[in-house]
Amino acid sequence: MATAPLGYGSSGQAIQAFEFDYRHSPDQSAAAPVRHAVVVVGGGPVGLSLAIDLAQRGQRVLLLDNDSKLSTGSRAICFAKRTLEIWDRLGVGDAMCAKGVGWNVGRVFFGGEQLYRFDLLPESGHERPAFINLQQYYAEAFLAVRAAELPNLEIRWNNHVVAVDQDSDGVRLGIDTPEGRYTITADHVAACDGARSRLRALLGQESKGRTFRDRFLIADVRMQAGSPAPSTSPSGEAASAEAGFPAERWFWFDPPFHPNQSVLLHRQPDGVWRIDFQLGWDADPEEEKKPEKIKPRVDAMLRQALGREIPFELEWASVYTFACLRMDRFRHGRVLFAGDSAHGVSPFGARGANSGVQDAENLAWKLDAVLRGAAGDSLLDSYAQEREYAADENILNSTRATDFITPKSEISRLFRDAVLQLSKHHPFARTLVNSGRLSVPAVLHGSPLNTPDADRFEGRMVPGAAAADAPVRRAGQGGWLLRHLGRGFTLLLAAGEGSAALAVQLSDTQLPVPLDVLAIAAPGAPDSAAALVDADGLVTQRYDLQPGNAVLLRPDHHVCARWRRPDVAAIRRAVDRALATH
Amino acid sequence: MPLVTTPNLSAPDDFYEALIDAHKDLPGEESHALNARLILLLANHIGAVDVLREALQAARLGR
Repeated sequence: MATAPLGYGSSGQAIQAFEFDYRHSPDQSAAAPVRHAVVVVGGGPVGLSLAIDLAQRGQRVLLLDNDSKLSTGSRAICFAKRTLEIWDRLGVGDAMCAKGVGWNVGRVFFGGEQLYRFDLLPESGHERPAFINLQQYYAEAFLAVRAAELPNLEIRWNNHVVAVDQDSDGVRLGIDTPEGRYTITADHVAACDGARSRLRALLGQESKGRTFRDRFLIADVRMQAGSPAPSTSPSGEAASAEAGFPAERWFWFDPPFHPNQSVLLHRQPDGVWRIDFQLGWDADPEEEKKPEKIKPRVDAMLRQALGREIPFELEWASVYTFACLRMDRFRHGRVLFAGDSAHGVSPFGARGANSGVQDAENLAWKLDAVLRGAAGDSLLDSYAQEREYAADENILNSTRATDFITPKSEISRLFRDAVLQLSKHHPFARTLVNSGRLSVPAVLHGSPLNTPDADRFEGRMVPGAAAADAPVRRAGQGGWLLRHLGRGFTLLLAAGEGSAALAVQLSDTQLPVPLDVLAIAAPGAPDSAAALVDADGLVTQRYDLQPGNAVLLRPDHHVCARWRRPDVAAIRRAVDRALATH
Repeated sequence: MPLVTTPNLSAPDDFYEALIDAHKDLPGEESHALNARLILLLANHIGAVDVLREALQAARLGR
């Protein structure tokens, strides 16, 4: 198609209309199936993130997608801090954050009245916010643009995997294209092909769990620019003048305009608001998607929220159901499942796409290490083990939110309403109100890759935790800790007795994978090019990193070991352990 | 601290009377709602989830 190429500045409309070209590959006319080291199936946020990560690590990657378009409609819209930090490493975090919108104020309503408002007041000292709202098509487009910058990453659009079989030697993939079928082989295949994963079905596997008998309508609504805003919202606060609605998250339990159900409103880029209406199980999805059916619902919400109707355009609508489920095992031989193909959650709490991107980052460095021969095949078992654990945590959180939002029994409804009633006057009850908990990365407690603490440490950076950010300074330049971490293992080494000697010893030590030693100087230390200065003392505080102490981070920036008095032998053992080679 | 099941009320008869009085003239549905709010308030006062789990188990067993 003769359209402008995708760029970081492409409009949402252009992105959704964009079609990637199908191209003939020499593989299709090869005499024998061509062998690939790693094939990623599925070009959504998970598959693209994984493919970029592997390519940045120097692997030749082939990504197959069964169609030629990115996501249509906003779909996943909340991208959490951890995802943004991963995307920073992949080179797209800035683009995502520049386009995405943040919010801090939320309001909770019950019936016709506001129960309370809250301010997220995110913890300071992190580069990235708790999350941003961004339409999934933007996220995919930025990833696709980044992928196109990597010469060792090939994407084949309109390449639909329709057959898979594997033996100890490799995986054979049968692929349908507009020109017919061809076959390739691969050392490893990552199945990132979504909730209705074809690969999962082809391997005779299923994702099992709890299906919720409920339906929700998503309406993406663009408030007409320049529509006069009311002077104040009913809550007495000024509404956003350019679009007639404050950039806040509003959640209604049982509102008069939509009795016995819940409604959620929050903001996306481009003046678009996402409204989720709970419909109940008996709703007719086709009927509810019709604009003439949606308009009165939105009008009624606006009358309640703003005291009047304002003009709007319907951008996109969808009716969805959901389930909390997962595959028993995320690894099947040489095929590894990541994202929605492996697990599904309810949308409350934004744990779908976010957990998928975390799957991708967990898998990328492990596949890379195995393909390089730096680690044995059993490292891939730890991918499954760690991410199955994380999926259970996500499912638990999302199930709890779902049970609060849509109580399944009379007594559950009774307690839910009691919590809401009390929350108006009693702050404690607000801790029980659950309209979705903030998506945070799982702490991989008990992972076999962790070296258990031999020393006493305080704080949250336990083995298994994802590394926390903190402000740092190098040679007079302010920056962020996470931006300084390496692509391999990183040792945060606090300046102190013996630390300089240890750094020298480590630079002379042969390890199976690269290890960057990041010297951390105490707050107030003179600037130098050799050390990161802990600008506000937050590295010390968050990692409990006292002089001479060390924290070992894996390539995916999870803590895997820490010592009060580190030595080369202990660090070597911890690296071996984190590579599952000990 | 384990769940206290030995006598601990400062004025048992006064408490019991106040409990029944609190429900006076309420239709059944509102009485249930009051009980739910009461449980939540008391649970927050106790705070420790292991004590609350013990109480839930004792209540469920009825002994």
